[in-house]
Formats: sequence, C-alpha cells, structure tokens
Amino acid sequence: MIEPYERVMAARAKDRPTSMRFIENIFTDFTEMHGDRRFADDKAIVAGIARLNGMPVTVIGLEKGVELKEKVARNFGSAHPEGYRKALRQMKLAEKFHRPVICFVDTSGAYCGIAAEERGQGQAIAENLMEMMTLKTPVVSILIGEGGSGGALGLAVADQVWMLENSVYSVISPEGCASILWKDSGKMKEAAACLKLTAEDLFSLGVIEQVIPEHNGDFEQVYADLQEKLYKVIRTNLQLPTETMLENRYARFRKIGTAGL
Amino acid sequence: MLPKDLFKKPMNTLESAYEKLTKTAAPDVPSEMCTSCPGCRAMLFTSDLSENDNVCPKCGHHFRINARQRISIIADEDSFQEQNGDLRSKNVIGFPNYDKKLKHAYLDSAEKEAVICGTATIGGWPCCLFVMEPYFMMGSMGTIVGEKITRLFEYATEHHLPVIGFTVSGGARMQEGILSLMQMAKTSGAVKRHSDAGLLYIAVLTDPTTGGVTASFAMEADITLAEPKALIGFAGPRVIEQTIRQKLPAGFQRAEFQVEKGFVDEVVPRREQKEYLARLLSFHAPLPHNTDTEEAQAE
Repeated sequence: MIEPYERVMAARAKDRPTSMRFIENIFTDFTEMHGDRRFADDKAIVAGIARLNGMPVTVIGLEKGVELKEKVARNFGSAHPEGYRKALRQMKLAEKFHRPVICFVDTSGAYCGIAAEERGQGQAIAENLMEMMTLKTPVVSILIGEGGSGGALGLAVADQVWMLENSVYSVISPEGCASILWKDSGKMKEAAACLKLTAEDLFSLGVIEQVIPEHNGDFEQVYADLQEKLYKVIRTNLQLPTETMLENRYARFRKIGTAGL
Repeated sequence: MLPKDLFKKPMNTLESAYEKLTKTAAPDVPSEMCTSCPGCRAMLFTSDLSENDNVCPKCGHHFRINARQRISIIADEDSFQEQNGDLRSKNVIGFPNYDKKLKHAYLDSAEKEAVICGTATIGGWPCCLFVMEPYFMMGSMGTIVGEKITRLFEYATEHHLPVIGFTVSGGARMQEGILSLMQMAKTSGAVKRHSDAGLLYIAVLTDPTTGGVTASFAMEADITLAEPKALIGFAGPRVIEQTIRQKLPAGFQRAEFQVEKGFVDEVVPRREQKEYLARLLSFHAPLPHNTDTEEAQAE
C-alpha cells in the first residue's frame, strides 16, 4: 500500500503537470481571459473559453507555474481574492452563454497575507461557494494535485468532483495539522494518515465521484481519459432540466456528513 | 537577511504579547469575585461585569461569553425554542484523540456541539437564531455544526423566517478531515436557497470568526454586523505572520478594520445589539398581505 504522505509528495512533485498542461491537452482553442473587473488579474488562476470535442466550455484552473519566474508570478498557485472573483466572473459568463464549466484544482491553499485579508479572502471564497451551488450550467471540478482547504473548495462546488489517483484534498495541510496536534510539523506523515486525504479515502467517504487513474505517470493517457469522461458527463448533465441538475448538486453536498443521523 | 532568519519565529508573537499583558495586570485577588479587564486593566467585580452583559463598564471591552448567555441577551425572555439539540459528533474518520477531545469540549461548555440553533423572537419579531459556542472546541465546524446550521436555514426557508446568526469559530474542525471542509459548501448551499427565497439573513461576527466559517456562512449574510474589536479573518494572525514573516499592524483584522475595508456593515456593541436587530427585522417585516396591489386595483 502507498502511504498517504507519499501521495502528498506525489501531488506536490515538481514535474507534475499543472493546470495549463491539462487545459492544453484536453481542450482546443483555449482563449484566456484576464481580470476580475474589480481590482486586478490574479495569475494564480487561469480562466478562459475553450472547446471540448468542439463544444464551447469555460475552463478555470489554479496554476502553480513551471519555471521559477513563472511560479513567483503565479504566487505558487495560491490565489488572492481577485483570483476567486475572476473565476466567478467567468462562471457567470458561462451561465449567461450556456457553457459548461470545468475547474482544475491545484493549490496548497488560498494565500494568507495582508493584502488577501484586506480584500476579503474569506468573503471571496464564500461567495463562490454560494454562487457555484446555483450556477445554472453544468460544473465539473477535477483535483489534479494539491487540494488545499478553502482555497481548493472555492473552485470545487460542482455536479461532480473527481480526483487524480495521486492528488490529495484536505481541510488542512499535514504539516499544519501536525504542528497543531503535536506541536511538531515534522510529524506530517502521521498527520497525513489521520486526515484521510487521498483520492481513495475521499471516494470511500462519498466526497468524490471518481478516482482518475494516472497510468504510472502516462499523462497523455490521463488527458485522453479526462477528455472522454468530461464530454460524457457534461452531455448527460446538459440534457437534465436545470432544476433537476441544481437539485442534484445541492443533494450531493447536503448528504455529506449525515451518515447515521 | 541571513538565510537562517527565514526560519526564525517572530519575536513578538501574539501569545507573548498577551502573556506580558496578563502577567503585569493581575494582582492577587480571588478570581471568582474579581476580574481584571484585558482592555483597561481595571479590576471589576464579576457580578457587576455579568450584570453588564460581560462588557467592561469602564472601557467597553467585550468579554467572551457562551452561547446560552448570548441567547438570553438577544432573544426575548422564554422565546427561544431549541432545535436539533441532541445531535452530537462522532469520530467518523477515526481521528486520534478526537473522542477524548469531544468529551472535554462537552465538560468545558456543557453543550453537545459548537452551535445552538432554534427559533426565537427578538423585540417581538420571530426569527431563526443560531449562536456558536466558543467553549466547545472554539466553535469549530464539523459535520454536526454544518448539519445544524443547514437544517436551520432549511427550516427558515420553509417557514419564511429570517435568520440571525452569531458566529465565533476557529474554522473548520480538523478532526473530521475533509468532511468538515465540505460543510462549508453544504451550509453555503442552504444559505443561498434561503436568500433566493427572498428572506433576510443577518450575521453578527464575534471574537474570533476565522477560517472555514469566515469563508462560508459568516460572510454570506445580507447584513453583516460585528462586535467591537472582534477578530475577523480568513487566515488567523499567527498563520499570516508566519507566512509573511512580519508583525501585523495593530487593529489588523479587527471589526473596525473590516468596516473600513468594506466587509462589515456596522460595529454594534453587545448591549445595543438586541434593539439594533429588532429594528433591522422590522425593516424587513413582510408587508401586510397584498394591500399595495389592492389599493392599486381600487384606483
């Protein structure tokens, strides 16, 4: 069995493809859009319009960057409030033009800094959670690497949430958990095991619909799989009456944590 | 800066500042009779303090109070009817020591969970009311907190009632892992449905409101109020200081700061809250049935 912390390491691995690789390989004609119209353009989130098997879709991704310079520009994939607002703006446009939304999640968390607080990090994420719950167009979110707490959830209220085999999704980082529990961030391995943060764990807890196999690192095959799966589920959801789709989305989250009540 | 300094703990942590303050300010007096105010260091009779709703009569410092005290301050006498009061958390993901922690939280707070929900009247106006409990794991949100708040908003939507919510929380409850995080989405969904039904939600943020609660239902209200000097933020100050390796300016993330930055409508002192809430409820009271249209038709 693979230890949970090994999954954390794999999810954070330097050579792991970031959102842009997924976007380039799954879609065609990706056309990027910038800015939240309120403050700035947050490069930690990429957003735009593309085609999925010819169908126009809105694509949003938390992007960590590849080269050091790019990583710095993208704040290592930790978004500020304007990033979440930029994503929401694109989602609202998607709703207006009846485009399905696909989100790629890969972040250690929403940024914790002075400017982020001044501009309402909590409020920005909260608004996304509310608005995504009733967005009148199909939404699918895929965790491709790190799913860091509220910063990940801010793009992961969807009809379906999938996780790549080596991605993780957690309420707190294993290091953060260890330092709170044992006052020792070095015990992240134990913490990772306690938190139940692997794709398998989340699948068995009923939090995600699918674990996407990574075929031993053959991402060409992952992209092909995702393209097929996304197209299929979006086509199915597009045929549902909007009300039914939103009812299902609400019920999907409503049932979490109700076992045995 | 030397590379080793990157890993240095800031000299002025909040704890040490607090320790300094409390150490210098506490003469030897029986603690049950007297309380020293952390705001102005005055020695106060505990009885005077509790008569004043635990607000320092000298400087206005708001002491932390438990959820039942808050309900008695806000709700009309005997109007509060609790709902889902028997729901209790279980150690769903088998987190180490969580059972013990829950037992301690129960002993510390005499509550079964970190939020109390129900219906009440405030100045005669009926509403749904939730009040988070700071002495139960610092109001952290696990599955039961999420469930109770969701049920309250669903009840309010069904019965066309406004919701008043007092938040105090360290954030999502780590011991329930991803299930806690999902409560942010679940509660947000229920708030949205309540809002889409045209109903009023007022949040009163009290010290501290942080993390997953800030990033969900605390920041989703139509009207957002806060208690004076309450700490309100997404990340806690310690986490920010560790991230940016600087000390934060005084007043950062306090209620007054959030008003200045545009995230809170008004700071309302505890002793004025009931009247303030009643007035807001009256503004949003349902209009007498159809009189407008009938008058229009008569014309």
